[in-house]
Amino acid sequence: MSEKKHPDNKERVGVYVCHCGTNISKVVDVEEVARWAGEQPNVEVSRDYKFMCSSLGQELIEQDIKEKGLTRVVCASCSPHMHEKTFRTACERGGLNPFLFEMTNIREHDSWITDDKEAATIKAKSLVRGSIDRVVHHEPLDQIPVEINPNTLVVGGGIAGITSALELADAGYHVYLVEREPSIGGHMAQLDKTFPTLDCSACILTPKMVDVGQHDNITLLTWSEVEQVDGFLGNFTITVRKKARYVNEEHCTGCGICIEKCPFNVVDDIFEAGMGTRKVIYRPFPQAVPKYPVIDKENCVYFQKGKCKACEIFCPTEPNSIDFEQEDEILQIEVGNIILATGYDLFDVKRIPQYGYGKLENVFTSLEFERMVNAAGPTDGKIVLRDQETKPKSVAIVHCVGSRDENYHKYCSKVCCMYSLKFAHLVHERIPDAEIYDCYIDMRTPGKGYEEFYNRLLEEGTHFIRGKVAEITDAARIPEEEGKLIVQVEDTLIGRQRRVPVDMVILSPAMEAREGSKEVSQLFKMGCDFDGFFIERHPKLDPVATMTDGILIAGACQGPKDVPESVSQGAAAAARVAGLISRGTVMMEPVRASIDQDACSGCRICNNMCPYNAIIFHEEENVSEVITALCQGCGTCVAACPSSVITGAHFTNDQLLSQIEGILWDMRPEKVTA
Amino acid sequence: MSEKYEPVIVGFLCNWCSYRAADLAGTARIQYAPNLRAIRVMCSGRVDPQFVLKALRDGADGVMIAGCHPGECHYVNGNIKTMRRFMLLQKMLTQLGIEEERVQLVWASASEGIVLAEKIDQMTEALRTLGPLNWKKRVLNSGNGYQAAEAIPVLEEA
Amino acid sequence: MANNEKPKLAMYWSSSCGGCEISVLNIHEHILTVDEVFDVAFFPCIADFKTKDVEAYPDDYITVCLWNGAIRNAENEEMAHLLRKKSMFMVAYGSCAYEGCIPALSNLTSKEATYNTVYKDNPSLDNPDGIIPKTSVKVAEGELTIPEFYHTVKSLDQVVDVDYYLPGCPPEPPQIWAVLQVIVGALLEGTPLPPKGSIVGVTNVAVCEECDLEKNEKVISRFYRPYEIVPEPGICLLDQGIMCMGPATRGGCEALCPSVGMGCRGCYGPMPGVEDQGAKMLSAVASVIGAGNENMEEAEIEAEIQAVVDTIADPAGTFYRFSMAHSLLQRAKVNGSNGKGEA
Repeated sequence: MSEKKHPDNKERVGVYVCHCGTNISKVVDVEEVARWAGEQPNVEVSRDYKFMCSSLGQELIEQDIKEKGLTRVVCASCSPHMHEKTFRTACERGGLNPFLFEMTNIREHDSWITDDKEAATIKAKSLVRGSIDRVVHHEPLDQIPVEINPNTLVVGGGIAGITSALELADAGYHVYLVEREPSIGGHMAQLDKTFPTLDCSACILTPKMVDVGQHDNITLLTWSEVEQVDGFLGNFTITVRKKARYVNEEHCTGCGICIEKCPFNVVDDIFEAGMGTRKVIYRPFPQAVPKYPVIDKENCVYFQKGKCKACEIFCPTEPNSIDFEQEDEILQIEVGNIILATGYDLFDVKRIPQYGYGKLENVFTSLEFERMVNAAGPTDGKIVLRDQETKPKSVAIVHCVGSRDENYHKYCSKVCCMYSLKFAHLVHERIPDAEIYDCYIDMRTPGKGYEEFYNRLLEEGTHFIRGKVAEITDAARIPEEEGKLIVQVEDTLIGRQRRVPVDMVILSPAMEAREGSKEVSQLFKMGCDFDGFFIERHPKLDPVATMTDGILIAGACQGPKDVPESVSQGAAAAARVAGLISRGTVMMEPVRASIDQDACSGCRICNNMCPYNAIIFHEEENVSEVITALCQGCGTCVAACPSSVITGAHFTNDQLLSQIEGILWDMRPEKVTA
Repeated sequence: MSEKYEPVIVGFLCNWCSYRAADLAGTARIQYAPNLRAIRVMCSGRVDPQFVLKALRDGADGVMIAGCHPGECHYVNGNIKTMRRFMLLQKMLTQLGIEEERVQLVWASASEGIVLAEKIDQMTEALRTLGPLNWKKRVLNSGNGYQAAEAIPVLEEA
Repeated sequence: MANNEKPKLAMYWSSSCGGCEISVLNIHEHILTVDEVFDVAFFPCIADFKTKDVEAYPDDYITVCLWNGAIRNAENEEMAHLLRKKSMFMVAYGSCAYEGCIPALSNLTSKEATYNTVYKDNPSLDNPDGIIPKTSVKVAEGELTIPEFYHTVKSLDQVVDVDYYLPGCPPEPPQIWAVLQVIVGALLEGTPLPPKGSIVGVTNVAVCEECDLEKNEKVISRFYRPYEIVPEPGICLLDQGIMCMGPATRGGCEALCPSVGMGCRGCYGPMPGVEDQGAKMLSAVASVIGAGNENMEEAEIEAEIQAVVDTIADPAGTFYRFSMAHSLLQRAKVNGSNGKGEA
């Protein structure tokens, strides 16, 4: 510890250098940094301590504030993303405004990136000096209270969104659930069985869907899309386009006669994955929620040719529920929080031409197979080849289609091993004498009951081939291959290339981010990664929050996930929102911009800097103003202002320029020898 | 010069992507040049060109501005504004005789610790090749412009 | 100064164009008041004074010295020190004295390059032997010396202590009168002086406030040099892509230049709180470049921005036209070592 008082000091700064066990101290000479810090201008006291984040470490700060009258505190330890809040709170307990604290990162940015002790110690000193010089210019700030509107928007009616909506609605809060398809249910509604329990997917999902449809606290907006998002945590205004169904929801009883009478069938590319057909006026599936059908305008003969109206003619309701004049509705809803549960797309297997999908008719995708094995599906649950009748005697299942692949997605799609195993099981169950080849790179079965399920498949006699499939072809080389699909794969366990002739191939494509997820992330002003998945606030500790306050994410829009994980996230996001609502008011970081109205010349450079439209121009007074509640604190306008009359609280020019000077303390001419 | 020259880089890292990338590089124990001294800003869009000039004047051999990739900015498009400023600043710095390598704009998402570490290594190497800038001593206080440090008496700070 | 004596006025020019001297006459009939109030102690432009006359004055003999011009050579600096010593109030008069102005733009190049341009490469020059000035030359009669030509042009306050600043190229009459009034008032009536270091006769709001042109949100997709465009009347010049330093420049001039269709050049210097006028203007201008958005590929964004940046021919000369000597970097790095570090 070092104590030294400068008579001309403007502030009394306490500097605390953390050993972090040995995480910092094994590379950085923390005692030396603390000793040296004591000699720096404005420093009243400097100490080093084993664990600053421990309660004893925090008490050191509190005590010094009280006993030594510290006016500023610097803690050199880990990343501010780790413990800034901890130390701010400690300062507050000591009676110091939390914003009079500055954190120096000498662990992640220093001791962990080098073993050069001398360089690391010099760097630590520079960073500490930067913080000392910066903190002297800090100003006490008050957090900004924001009232939370108790209504919540949930975007996406898959299992994650359904869970979020029900959790919140059951807690007594109102939810707007927006789904772009005519029914909620999402991908889960298309699945036959869920692994590893082999529950009937629809049987466990539909009760929840019905709950959503009937819940007093849920406004269900299907066949609707969010068009605009304004506002901020606590007070968002959402513009929703409710697309015309051409069916009047007030009058329609959902009897389904219109569907029955509609004379036209079209291929159902969405729900039936192209395996079946639907009518032009349709419900995606029998258990759809809501029950109201929708007219597919593109394929409707009345809309295209002006004749037919069979649906209208046969509609039994009074007044008639068919409304060809219906138009899109634009709704504005006010919510306090938003949960995004927009789900995933499946990788387009046509992108891997050597797997033959689309060219070789008996190559199926996982979703096609799901529909095929579903008792309510196009083949009534029979596993047959594309000819709709021949039972395959041999089936190959190909893992990692588009995932774990440098050319497509590098990530592991996480659920494919398990659903591939489920497919193998279903084939065994329906065609007991079929030979099943399961081609995998690595078998990934981490989850409750998952490894056991794999063992079950081993016992059921599935042939597991460890290797990435190179090609699927119908070009036979030997008589046994004639008329078959040949799966070319290197079996890495026996170290040989194999050609496996089969009747049917099922591709297990990766889950990938929704097409247009980038646009969605921009609409909601939050981040998405290279793959298009939304970025969580912290990958470990905050997986359902995003960097944007008030916007949460749940389910596969954040990354590949199975049903239980999506459900957990849906519930977690709801719990987070419920917590905010029950508090009523939340405190926001006061890192905001403000314009000195007396000094603003009205040049209007800043006017279109703000992505949140927080800057408005007053014609009369000829000045610009930042609406504090809309400002997110990025500081772009502060940097742009040619007059320097915009101040970015907690990131002021004085603070940053002083930090630059401090961080370069050893580069001043009189100190440079080189 | 007798002592080994170690370049000093001032880094302006955005809170959401590149600062986290640097955190991740540390957490993953990626070993890279300890030559970058980071200053956290909320967005690369907060980086006032004055900060860059100030750092160069005050002794930095180089300045790195790091942000989220275009299209991935936490503040939608702050980094696009950074690009605009950076490109015009580069043009002006060239007029002031400052080599392009000394002021760099890089992108690193929160998951790209390794990318940021590589960029810092590369920049450090580039500055090693260029040699020290040492603006005040070599440029401002020299009678005859930029010269080898040994030839110039050290004057008081302006 | 004895009570019955008039205050003494000095005006000296160093490295400047001479416009500042003339600008004193712009105060019109007030010049008679000046004459009435002051004794002229040193004013080489209008009367024959010698340096030795000044040297002979006691310290602080001169009440107010209006110094115009930058510090370009040893003589400038020597005179600055001398007049500082002999004057109670040293006023940096005009942009050159305040922050370097046009002479300081030569800081973008080297002394050698300046000599080459002036004494060797100039097409109208007749200098077959390539003679360039030397501080000392031996001739038959003895040694001849001239003041050293400096490598770096400095502002007045970079060599001596300055009491007040009067920016402008040249300063406007109300300012000139204001500074004289302030000093006369203090001397004769005991009114309080503004704090040392004050910039006199300016406002604390940028030029735009005084400019009547209609300003809109700015999206600039190309910049025009003055000869490339006839500005549309009534509309903010910057909005039209005509470089105007108004947003980054202190007001007080009543927006003279923009009001006649010429972009503000920035002669009143930076706003208070700005460290570097050029960098701030650069930042502002770049910020409103209407190119690149978050939905485009990086290369595409770069190409679009580059196209706009290419229309700004000389950023350093444009943004630092007046403030080079006061800028953070102050000059360019130029030398024979090609920036490779060791010479």
